[in-house]
Amino acid sequence: MGDPPCRGTESAFHKRLSKEDEAIAFQTTSSAAAGEAPRTAYQKIWNSHLVSGNPSERILLYVDLHLVHEVTSPQAFAGLRATGRQVRRPDLTMAVMDHLVPTWERSRPTPDPIGLEQLRQLSENCAAAGVPLFDLHHARQGIVHVIGPELGLTQPGMTVVCGDSHTATHGAFGALAFGIGTSEVEQVLATQCLWQAPSPTMEVAIDGELPKGVTAKDVALGVIGRLGVAGGRGSIVEYTGSVVRNLSMEGRMTLCNMTIEAGARAGMISPDETTVRYLEGRPAVPTGPEFDRAAERWLGFATDPGATFDRRESIQAAELAPFVTWGTNPAMVAAITGRVPHLDECPDQPTRDATARALDYMGLSEGTAIEDISIDRVFIGSCTNSRLEDLRAAAAIAAGNRVHSGVRAMVVPGSGAVKRAAEAEGLDRVFRDAGFEWLEAGCSMCLGMNPDILLPGERCASTSNRNFEGRQGAGGRTHLVSPAMAAAAALHGHFVDVRQLASATAS
Amino acid sequence: MEAFKLHHGLCATLSRDDVDTDQIIPKQFLKRTERDGYGDSCFFAWRYDEAGAPRGDFELNASAYREASILITGQNFGCGSSREHAAWALLGYGFRAVIAPSFADIFATNAYQNGLLPVTLPASVVSRLGDRTRQGDGYELTIDLQAAEVRDESGRIAGFEIEEFWRECLLDGLDPIATAMKRSADITAHEQRRSPLFPVTSSFGPTPEVR
Repeated sequence: MGDPPCRGTESAFHKRLSKEDEAIAFQTTSSAAAGEAPRTAYQKIWNSHLVSGNPSERILLYVDLHLVHEVTSPQAFAGLRATGRQVRRPDLTMAVMDHLVPTWERSRPTPDPIGLEQLRQLSENCAAAGVPLFDLHHARQGIVHVIGPELGLTQPGMTVVCGDSHTATHGAFGALAFGIGTSEVEQVLATQCLWQAPSPTMEVAIDGELPKGVTAKDVALGVIGRLGVAGGRGSIVEYTGSVVRNLSMEGRMTLCNMTIEAGARAGMISPDETTVRYLEGRPAVPTGPEFDRAAERWLGFATDPGATFDRRESIQAAELAPFVTWGTNPAMVAAITGRVPHLDECPDQPTRDATARALDYMGLSEGTAIEDISIDRVFIGSCTNSRLEDLRAAAAIAAGNRVHSGVRAMVVPGSGAVKRAAEAEGLDRVFRDAGFEWLEAGCSMCLGMNPDILLPGERCASTSNRNFEGRQGAGGRTHLVSPAMAAAAALHGHFVDVRQLASATAS
Repeated sequence: MEAFKLHHGLCATLSRDDVDTDQIIPKQFLKRTERDGYGDSCFFAWRYDEAGAPRGDFELNASAYREASILITGQNFGCGSSREHAAWALLGYGFRAVIAPSFADIFATNAYQNGLLPVTLPASVVSRLGDRTRQGDGYELTIDLQAAEVRDESGRIAGFEIEEFWRECLLDGLDPIATAMKRSADITAHEQRRSPLFPVTSSFGPTPEVR
């Protein structure tokens, strides 16, 4: 349920909080040093952001970073104007144009008058309130969940919100990050706070060593396949285990990004040396002795050894494979070596009905081998998979090959900075030479609010996060995969197992 | 916020689980800058065919459901995108309450914020209400937020749990922003004690000029 009811979810967490505890949270986040019971990263952040209220109930929670984009903010700014309220902390707010911007050359005009009005309002609203804005023409413009971390704005121990469900991405840094609706955007603009109820916690432990060709995206799809689209409902998920520890920050962002697809409120990963190394030298991160202090503080937000969660799921890396979704939600997923299910295999009638509807929409027959599914389009991009590491993985497959004659393949970098970094190492040439389109940054065909959409019936291998009906274009059919799997599908015209390709790398 | 005390209305069913907000309001309708006017776009792809005619096989298009204001549906309703347009679209369509075994997190908050009541009932009860509604004879329910219960003409069907915060907000039509602003001294106190090491966007972000 939307706000996990406080009654009935009385966890150890709620009982453990005290005034003393709150005070400690502000001084040092190490519970062990203070002789306190071990706590999760979520509990530490919750405590240290409590503005008003009893921590075991709905509280007023302080927001350290509010990210704003053009689609879910106009009504919020209009609400402020209507009530004569001001933006309380423009210096903790950052805006970007990403959802409906075209990915063609920036000099070409945006074709859509209604969309243009949204972009215009964002510019005006930011100007009036003094909110920094990365507009269409800024060199660092990009997808909100790519540029926040890239700038170093997302740091461990912070609360981060945005009117976008994939805000969970920022949890990769050990931040509490979640998506909100427009009314809540208005509330954060006005007060820098949100009314929040504590959530149940869930540990998802992924242990072992990732098999070759299995990426963070496959881990995410494997987790969602296991939990189901409602399985994580309302929880704060913390990913733990050796697989997670060994992921890069890019991989961690991919994993946390898709937590919402399992119905959880947020996903997070305790900060560690990987987090600290990623942050060092980024524009919003302190330097010199202040950096050392910040790093020490960040690491203090990691979950204490022995802290307990309300629920625990365990997944072994050996169970994971390159995954491909076959249906109309991200839990409808199979290994590349697998098949689309038979209706008779469905455990109950609702599953059977949903499966039948999904197969009908997707134009697939029961029992089809995943490798036999041919595709028309490939989309490499989105806040899930558009960072440099993702583009490198796709380029490693594409290098020296050609996109299949029946396929149109697009690569949309997550930000201007990602694009330039990729170009500096020649990835644009690799993609272009192979017949991929190399485009400007934005959300693009993840949700098709810009001109990049599927036509009815078109089938797409996509590195994005949602395969809902019509998501990438009315009547379009989306299969979610990793960047390497998308690139491989582009070359072959159907899904292939990247583990069988000579050029596949362990990344 | 729009107050909600008691609602009596006709039921309609949408008999499926995991209805996502992309279905409730497809992305092509998110470009407007108003909070209303989304009713015609609600369930757009399911509701209309390519020529724009209502699809005969879409449950909500049944004539018996035309005046419905209570939607009875499956688990995890409103999953996916955080778009508050989903709540605006359902309200625009004419719904005032949705009854389901569970709701997606962000959708439920968006619904509360707009006076659209998400009512969580056990799956068995929702299933029974759905069966009853599908008989097509204009089944009506009363949703009483004060008593936190659902009734029909023969009496109480079930109580439902709702967090006290939202119950009070809805009953009194309270504005959560105004409620938060009353704590401005607490907010300021928090700002004074929060770590100076937290980043600020103004230190490097481009601030557009006021035109």
